[in-house]
Amino acid sequence: MNRIRHFAPGIVSVVGFFAVWEIYCRMSGINPLILPPPSQIGAIFFDVALDPRTLRHASITLTETLAGFGLATVIGMTVGWAVAASPLIERAVHPFIVASQVIPKVALVPLFVVWFGFGMTSKIVVAAVIAFFPVLVNTVLGLRSVQPGHADVFHSLKATLWQRIWLLQIPSALPAILAGMEMAIVLATIGAVVGEFLGGSSGLGYMAVATMNAFQTDRLFVIIILLTLIGFVLYAMMAGLKRALVSWSDNQKAGS
Amino acid sequence: MTVAISCQQVSKTYETRNGPVNALSPCDLEISPGEFVVLLGPSGCGKTTLLRMIGRLHDHTSGSLDLTPVEAGETTTGFVFQQANLMPWMTVEENVALPLRLKKQPKATRMETARDLCSRVGLENFTKSWPRELSGGMQQRVSIARALADDPQLLLMDEPFGALDALTRTRMNSELERLWMASGATVVLVTHSITEAIMLADRIVVMSARPGRIVSETRVPFPRPRGTQIENTPEFQAIAADLRSQLEH
Repeated sequence: MNRIRHFAPGIVSVVGFFAVWEIYCRMSGINPLILPPPSQIGAIFFDVALDPRTLRHASITLTETLAGFGLATVIGMTVGWAVAASPLIERAVHPFIVASQVIPKVALVPLFVVWFGFGMTSKIVVAAVIAFFPVLVNTVLGLRSVQPGHADVFHSLKATLWQRIWLLQIPSALPAILAGMEMAIVLATIGAVVGEFLGGSSGLGYMAVATMNAFQTDRLFVIIILLTLIGFVLYAMMAGLKRALVSWSDNQKAGS
Repeated sequence: MTVAISCQQVSKTYETRNGPVNALSPCDLEISPGEFVVLLGPSGCGKTTLLRMIGRLHDHTSGSLDLTPVEAGETTTGFVFQQANLMPWMTVEENVALPLRLKKQPKATRMETARDLCSRVGLENFTKSWPRELSGGMQQRVSIARALADDPQLLLMDEPFGALDALTRTRMNSELERLWMASGATVVLVTHSITEAIMLADRIVVMSARPGRIVSETRVPFPRPRGTQIENTPEFQAIAADLRSQLEH
């Protein structure tokens, strides 16, 4: 009963949103090429979504997203660790980190296409470049949050460098790193799709451009819904991983 | 297994932005194997600095500081800090087993040792708990169990009970005395409580601030185990009054 009461406002507002949309389309007689009514999108949804070609494109986008995310995570954590460990490296890397942030990364897509071709590699690179920053920043933040008292304990027990990394630094930094990864997975999806928009022949981003050019606005909506679903599932998995790994954290106490 | 400590003209100077700060003037201190020594003094007298130098958490600026194990081999040190400093991502028993884990003891043996230590500090029902689920006093008991896990020859304690209420503190003092008597380790404990010092120490080293230095040493004659009833004896009152006058000096 409580759960129903908890979710009811959300369900009502979503249903209401689609109802208003449907009614608007019917009353105004707007061209369905501009705005198709939800009923029309719903009618073709499963045809388009379960079409083997769509599934192939979706799996390509998913692969690019996950590969880019993986790359961003590994590189972000490694560079983050080096930056946190050495002030010298921090000062050396700093200009590049700032530049990589202020540059509109979409502008790099044509360059990546020139370097890595029209295939998946260029999209993976775009996804990684966009997603890498929050992992890096949060890794540095997390490693700097190692409590001096905890470090004293490891020092007094004569822990080796590897023991300090595995048993002290990584666990201390994990809540922050996972928060960064939560952002990164969303950004990686954006990166992959933008890459497909601008220079590709496959993937849901390419499909979106192709359907738009063919004025199949209803199919475009289906693709948008699919992208939303992919983004949602990936984010939910990441959030679940975070909950499982840092159940000890104080931040989790309030939530559970 | 136990260890002797010898400090000769040991001093500590910190470099700060406003120039060097003299935390501890050169001081001499000899501690016999198995002795329970309390460093007593006001804050800023360098007692924590001296303790951390003995534990090799700080380097000393000058002088010589030697730890000599009674039997050959590396000295094992247990350190108890002002805060419990438990790893929040480890359960109570994992925290206690940490020193053994760092020595690569197999999981089964180290967990057995940890559970045994947990029951020795009265936490047998909390072995699987997270540190945040425990009260401050319980957390500090876990950190004492952790310090004892590797069967240390030397136990260094930096105001371990400073954050506890008076009642818990008294109980922890007798628990600590019992654990120490069973282990035979050399103990150096830092406190600013006169009562705690007399309850625990074989010898009390009084320190003074600005500059941090050793002022005097007092032997405590009471037989062990000491109960709270000694607090009411004239000898206790006399030692306490003497220490108080030295601290106010």
